[in-house]
Amino acid sequence: MAQFTKATSVKDWLNQRLAIEKVEKVMGSEYWIPKNINFLWAMGMILAFLFLLLTVSGIFLLMYYQPHVDTAFYSVNYTIMSEVDFGWLWRHIHAVASSVTFLIIYIHMFTAIYYGSYKKGREMIWITGMLLFVTFSAGAFSGYMLPWGQMSYWAGMVITNIFSLGDLQFNGLVEWIRGDYAPGQAFLNRFFMLHVFLLPLAIMGLIGLHFAALRIPHVNNQDGEEIDFEAESKKYLAGDKKGSKVMRFANDFLSKDVMVLGIFLVFFFYLVFFHYTFALDPVNLDPADGLVTPKYIYPEWYFLWSYEILRPFSVNIGLIAFGFSQVIFFLLPWLDRSPNTVAASRRGLFKYWFWLMLINMIVLTAMGKLPPKDPFSTIGLISAVLFIVMWLALPFITKNEKKA
Amino acid sequence: MKESSRRGFMGKVLGAVAGLGAIGSLVAMKKSWDPLPSVKAAGFITLDMSVYVDNELVTKEWRKKPIFIMKKSAEALKKQTQEQSARDVVVDGNSYMVAIGLCTHLGCIPAYKKAEEEFLCACHGATFDSSGQVTKLPAPRGLDIPPFKIDGSNLILGEVGPEWQKMKDNGITL
Amino acid sequence: MKELKILAVVVFFALVTYWLVEPYAHGIMHKKVDTKSFAYSDLDETTKGVMSKTGDASRGADLIVNGGCTGCHSVNVASIPAAMDAVSAAGAFGVNPPDLSNTGVIYDAKFLAELIKNPAHALNVEHKFAPESGKMHPMVPFYGAGGDIDQEIADMIAYLKSISVKVEDVTPAMAYEDACARCHTVDFVNYTYTGKIPAFKSKKDELAFEINVLEYEDSLKAYMGKLPPDLSMYYLSRSPHYIRTFMEDPQSYLEGTSMPRVGVTADSAEKIVEFMADSADSKRHQRDEIGTYVIYFSIIFAILAILWKKEVWRDLK
Repeated sequence: MAQFTKATSVKDWLNQRLAIEKVEKVMGSEYWIPKNINFLWAMGMILAFLFLLLTVSGIFLLMYYQPHVDTAFYSVNYTIMSEVDFGWLWRHIHAVASSVTFLIIYIHMFTAIYYGSYKKGREMIWITGMLLFVTFSAGAFSGYMLPWGQMSYWAGMVITNIFSLGDLQFNGLVEWIRGDYAPGQAFLNRFFMLHVFLLPLAIMGLIGLHFAALRIPHVNNQDGEEIDFEAESKKYLAGDKKGSKVMRFANDFLSKDVMVLGIFLVFFFYLVFFHYTFALDPVNLDPADGLVTPKYIYPEWYFLWSYEILRPFSVNIGLIAFGFSQVIFFLLPWLDRSPNTVAASRRGLFKYWFWLMLINMIVLTAMGKLPPKDPFSTIGLISAVLFIVMWLALPFITKNEKKA
Repeated sequence: MKESSRRGFMGKVLGAVAGLGAIGSLVAMKKSWDPLPSVKAAGFITLDMSVYVDNELVTKEWRKKPIFIMKKSAEALKKQTQEQSARDVVVDGNSYMVAIGLCTHLGCIPAYKKAEEEFLCACHGATFDSSGQVTKLPAPRGLDIPPFKIDGSNLILGEVGPEWQKMKDNGITL
Repeated sequence: MKELKILAVVVFFALVTYWLVEPYAHGIMHKKVDTKSFAYSDLDETTKGVMSKTGDASRGADLIVNGGCTGCHSVNVASIPAAMDAVSAAGAFGVNPPDLSNTGVIYDAKFLAELIKNPAHALNVEHKFAPESGKMHPMVPFYGAGGDIDQEIADMIAYLKSISVKVEDVTPAMAYEDACARCHTVDFVNYTYTGKIPAFKSKKDELAFEINVLEYEDSLKAYMGKLPPDLSMYYLSRSPHYIRTFMEDPQSYLEGTSMPRVGVTADSAEKIVEFMADSADSKRHQRDEIGTYVIYFSIIFAILAILWKKEVWRDLK
């Protein structure tokens, strides 16, 4: 048993029991971060902050939201928006934060792809990150059901129909997911449960795992340089702060995180108060009606690229393509056969692959929203085929890459 | 040393400003917990006092609580003590007992025993007389009188009128 | 400065994506209808005669009472009651005919002139009452009282203007109630076809009222072909521009719809939009005000964060 002595201060008392000084060192002052990184490395902190905002605003929405098909729409659009003091604030924050979370996730992902941060021991960071992307997607989708507007209903209808798996006609599975023949009370209640309990719980666990996966391989840097963290941190602690290649997480890198967060918040609150309509689709402000499909139906912008991979093909091929697009990102660490962990700009063919992939996904996103008629559907088809071909080509174009 | 204290200063300023922001958001959070306007608006009811019959206890609901109302007969008024009369609500020349029907001990609803002309609380045995004054412990005080305003032959519960204010000032009710 | 370049690249791609999925895509999806400033210029020709005359309100009063108008319309300010209650009137005409007290201020004079002479044309619903359909617009056209019909209509309009409240005294609720409420409900602010829903003393009164509303709805549904939508959220689910241009001419969005042209003045249209904003987005003023403070706060926070970072990093670089 450990030796406990009479505490000389509150801090000492806590230290004997919780080792808070040690925790502070491990998590903060002696958690070493390379200096050679830019503001894109602060996206993780912004995502953590957005998740906090989603949680806090979600708690307040949860106090007045009613998960019932007859009252859900009213409780969101009237009770929360007009009756609850500052209810509109929570709803705007929740809607805008969910949309912006995906913007930052995509920036975070493409940063990782650009700098090769999924290689050489960092595979688990990439995989847990992709799992977070999937759980956030499920969270966004389940949350979108809750106001029970026209888009909620019809998105619920269309997305759950995907599980019939085309000609396999798994209608029993669709009905099992819905708990009904069409989205109804059982459907709303189970998505409510997923949204407020199971998915947030999974996300919190995955965030912990994602951070833990960073400890051993350490954060990547702009040049993919392999840093001797042991030696560099000794240098720092000996007083050569300028000469060391690493810095403390707190307060050194934290101050930069906070700076990026501060600038981001100006943009974020501008969206929340003055430009929120992009996150509250007007079509979803009509109450759900199972007998009228909206004239145009499209998912939120962050799902558009995968929606467009589903849409231009016949049903079976579309589902296979869609399934492909959902899992292929997970395999990136193995599809990229080059040993080089450097910025894409220094990687031969991969450089073109990266920028073309980014642009192609933006094209897919745009075509996913536009009505399915020419020229948009043709462009969408070409883009979708290109997306698949590019992924299939990735092992070949990276195989013979020269050592950078 | 001088430099490091300056460095600390900027961090402290930032921390203080962030703290202000956190307090600001706490104001919004507190207000989101407040009862809704529709709940507050439903906290006022108007009773037409002319319809009640002598010595008959009527229970009305106000703010989700039972309200006891009993019109007092002329004989009953004659028997009353000074303290009992002080609790009467006089509307249009008639005297009424008006009280929140919750025992002041722990909030159970006392039952009216017509024969004994008293209220008995089943939870811990407190009793109140027909004016609502406590006659047996453990209740700490008589039944509370809800805020009211007299408007002709109507009684508006929830609004504070001069008669209720006087009762409150004299310590008859909380 | 490399970081600013990276930022520029990130912002560029984010903005391109935003532009494509929001302004561009919505521009393609939604028809653009320009406002005609509530001028009703398509009625210029047919109302030329009326508009050139100066009306006499006292003669107009006679015409309104004796010309048959008050057989269906009440004029509350002149103590002329409605011939029947709202539900029976809807049963007879499909929709409750409006009270004429404020008609003169809420509707455009040119529109009124055409409405009195040729209701189906003024309301843009001639497709619904084509001669071969055998259906007649429930409002009977005014065929003249023996004199110059243009002069008579000008007199009637002069009378309607003389009895109505001043334009600055028209509230959003008045404009809405007169122009829209007889066909549309607004649940969020407790409006139904007969105006604001009153407070009920008993459950029985409430149910009786609801039955009346349902009966009114049945007549309205039969007359319009389907139940007109509730407008609680229209300010947000459509847009102020959509509401304005829709009122000007519903056919421009929904060809063949049985919704009539509303015929209000530009001023009344703004008040109706305001009424709908109060229902759908009642906290908008608070949001704008608090939003400004929060933005100022965020800017101060960002500046201080930049300064803190600079100081922490002074030793590192």
